[in-house]
Amino acid sequence: MTATSLVHGRRFSLIRRLSNTPVTVLLAGGFMALMLFVMVFAQVVQPYAFDHIDLLNRMAPPVPLEGSTWIHPAGTDTLGRDLFSRLLVGTQTSMLLALLGTCLGAVLGVALGFLAAHKGGIWDEGIMGLVDFQAAMPWFIIALAILAFLGNSMVIFIAIMALYGWETYARITRGLVLSAREQGYALAVRGLGARPSWIYLRHILPNIAGPLLVQLTVNFPSTILFETSLSFLGLGIRPPMTSLGQMLGEGRDYLINAWWLAVVPGLTIFFITLSMSILGDWLRGKLDPSLED
Amino acid sequence: MSYLEATDLARSYQVGRAGFLRKPRSFFAVDGVTLTLNKGETLGIVGESGCGKSTLARLLLGLIPADRGVLTLQGQQTLGVSETEWRALRRRMQLVYQDAAGALDPRMSVRTQVEEPLHIHGLPLDGAERALQAVGLFGAMADRYPHELSGGQLQRVVIARALALEPEILVLDEPVSALDVSIQAQIVNLLMDLQRDFGLSYVFVSHDLSVVRHISNRVAVMYLGRIVEDAPRDQLFADPKHPYTRVLIDAAPKPDPSTRRAIRLEVGDPPNPADPPAGCGFHPRCPLAVDHCRKEAPELRRVAERRVACHLVSEPFG
Repeated sequence: MTATSLVHGRRFSLIRRLSNTPVTVLLAGGFMALMLFVMVFAQVVQPYAFDHIDLLNRMAPPVPLEGSTWIHPAGTDTLGRDLFSRLLVGTQTSMLLALLGTCLGAVLGVALGFLAAHKGGIWDEGIMGLVDFQAAMPWFIIALAILAFLGNSMVIFIAIMALYGWETYARITRGLVLSAREQGYALAVRGLGARPSWIYLRHILPNIAGPLLVQLTVNFPSTILFETSLSFLGLGIRPPMTSLGQMLGEGRDYLINAWWLAVVPGLTIFFITLSMSILGDWLRGKLDPSLED
Repeated sequence: MSYLEATDLARSYQVGRAGFLRKPRSFFAVDGVTLTLNKGETLGIVGESGCGKSTLARLLLGLIPADRGVLTLQGQQTLGVSETEWRALRRRMQLVYQDAAGALDPRMSVRTQVEEPLHIHGLPLDGAERALQAVGLFGAMADRYPHELSGGQLQRVVIARALALEPEILVLDEPVSALDVSIQAQIVNLLMDLQRDFGLSYVFVSHDLSVVRHISNRVAVMYLGRIVEDAPRDQLFADPKHPYTRVLIDAAPKPDPSTRRAIRLEVGDPPNPADPPAGCGFHPRCPLAVDHCRKEAPELRRVAERRVACHLVSEPFG
């Protein structure tokens, strides 16, 4: 096969693959792309500032409903703040926090997993003991306690998010590293005279990235739920800042008069979680060689 | 001129516990091997599966630690050296693997992987191109990924990667057993060309007698972790002394199938290395075994150019 026909073959297979992708996955991917766009450009898109108060238009319902106004097509809350703008900024906050928490947790967990696998012995025992400890602790309750005692600090909140779920990465990484470094290529590179760090970074990490990426997508929805739950209870993101959970918590009190205040952010959380889970499932199938066609 | 010299090299492995409180059992995969590799020559090591050939190959390179024994390269100790010295030794001796596909990182292009040893040792990268050309991989072929190459091509890549460091010794662990016969011949001829062009010394580990016969200057026969016979190639094949060598050579397929076998094994299966027989390791299968063989293990005795470990081979050979 010549080089050009190989390239063409690849391009065709890319188109075919895209058309073979399930509709749900495409929808989930599209929705997450939109959420990422909101995360980056919320301030550009928003019609009002998220905390702009318009007391003349309080509790306006979204447009098709009776009493709605085109000044605030998505409705307003009890202080007349534009619901659409708040939704954008709340999504931005929740997405950023979840992303940061997931990534920090992943980096921490992967690093500790590598350390446990590399050092072995007492290091391995110690780190795996920490993993079991973390897994056995009701982290949500402890997070509540920490936030209640130490108060509203963004640094503490992010640290708590990062510590949520790190143990899964550590456990997965340790197992993957232990098996990957006995693979022929790892032994062969060792035999070339490479240092362990070289083998870990250049060979083992790229080769175990697949399962870790899947874990990232599995962890992300639960992290966003973790953030929204804490904010819902008033212990995470607090006014005047807003997040999806904080909006949900605020809207809870008006479920009878103004159900959209809770339902709109609630649905957004639901769809983010669902989309990420669908994408994670699909990715897992794609990256598992035993399921490959 | 002796070049790589192993004396009483041994390596044991643990094989689990018989009970929770019992001591873990261990067995010797390589048990007191003494051998010499001369510069520019090929030492063939043959034996059936599980006799310790691959363990010996890794021991000779220092890739796994030895339980006991001495290993010298040009008179310089190579066992138990510091990490830095060990790494420097990698430039002088390299291993070529049987499973070429497994020995290559599936996510890296072939060229990157051949350049890798040069990167690791901080050498100029143009050595990779020379190595690739030496094994007959040209141009765009080197930019492919392992899954885009055939088994023979992959083995060429593994050889090129080993050659990139311009080593003096290559230990080849069953380098052709996973390949088609036609490709085997290509690789064996390539190895012989490379040896001539670069003045390499080979340790060629294989269970395939015909390949070993083709490429080796000397041949050592292993059984249960020990060398039972070691002789110049022609002597060994023309006149095998140890009963096991005779069985091995006799078992090889012959052009004329009606030829009667001169010697047969008593028992088909090799003994369990974790529970080796007393006396000579070969006696349960040996058609010539006498009482003495069951009691005392024979020494590997040197006679002229040959070494042999058998009570029945008396001096001079008769």
